Amino acid sequence: MIFLTRKAEFSSAHFYWNDAWTKEENERVFGKCANRNGHGHNYTLEVTVAGEVDPVSGFVVDLKELKEILEREVVSVYDHRHLNYEVPEFRTAIPTTENIAVAIWQRLDGKVPNARLHRVRVYEMADLFADFYGEYAHE
Amino acid sequence: MSNSSSSPIAFLSRRYHFSASHRLHTDAYDEQRNRDVYGKCNNPHGHGHNYTVQVTFRGPVNAETGMVCNLGDLDAFARTNLLEPFDHTNLNTLKCFADAVSTTENLSIEVQRIFAEFPYARLERVHIEETGNNSFDCTGDSTPGRF
Repeated sequence: MIFLTRKAEFSSAHFYWNDAWTKEENERVFGKCANRNGHGHNYTLEVTVAGEVDPVSGFVVDLKELKEILEREVVSVYDHRHLNYEVPEFRTAIPTTENIAVAIWQRLDGKVPNARLHRVRVYEMADLFADFYGEYAHE
Repeated sequence: MSNSSSSPIAFLSRRYHFSASHRLHTDAYDEQRNRDVYGKCNNPHGHGHNYTVQVTFRGPVNAETGMVCNLGDLDAFARTNLLEPFDHTNLNTLKCFADAVSTTENLSIEVQRIFAEFPYARLERVHIEETGNNSFDCTGDSTPGRF
């Protein structure tokens, strides 16, 4: 089994806000991130897929194809956008780094031919990142 | 998120930076053996590093906050329990290294012990970079195998 990782970058605006809470509650929990005018980050996405090496091509996946999938499914939707206002999944979910990783997993799952999605890692900045492996806790 | 019957389990990683001096030396060895084993790191005057500590927490993404844990809580915990006690110190003078050599292996075990006490999420891994070329991972009792 080979694990292959492809990076992509996008720059987006967002803010954190829970509509069920008061302004004071949002500001207490989310701090500066609750500023309704938004702020932004240069995000780095690392997508790791797992698969076997094709004996003819020597590839697990065609990197050009993976790059195009990331561009189509994620970068073209997120880059230079306001995540809260312009990306459908964040009309209801708060665009935290954790939720962005989960959302990108849901966008990519099943879309990469000949490989299994292994991990989605999203860096909000060099010192903060979230990983999602497609794992759910049943409540 | 869209899967209302279950919470996604995510891993949140945060990196902290501190600078400290140390000297690798053990009283269990004589002077010559200390020099042989620890080389430059045994210099009696000590030397220093810019350490990077990366802590990873695992947990369900809270439906109300979208978070594994609140970053403000984690940063405050790190400030009190990691940065204030360790930054701009000589590691050999700290209580945790009174009876242990201040290698980054031992440092990672100590940092693992510290962040395991963070009350709001489960610590998965501690990764410490002593320099750009040396790094150490400590998983404590949690399951190894993630990367």
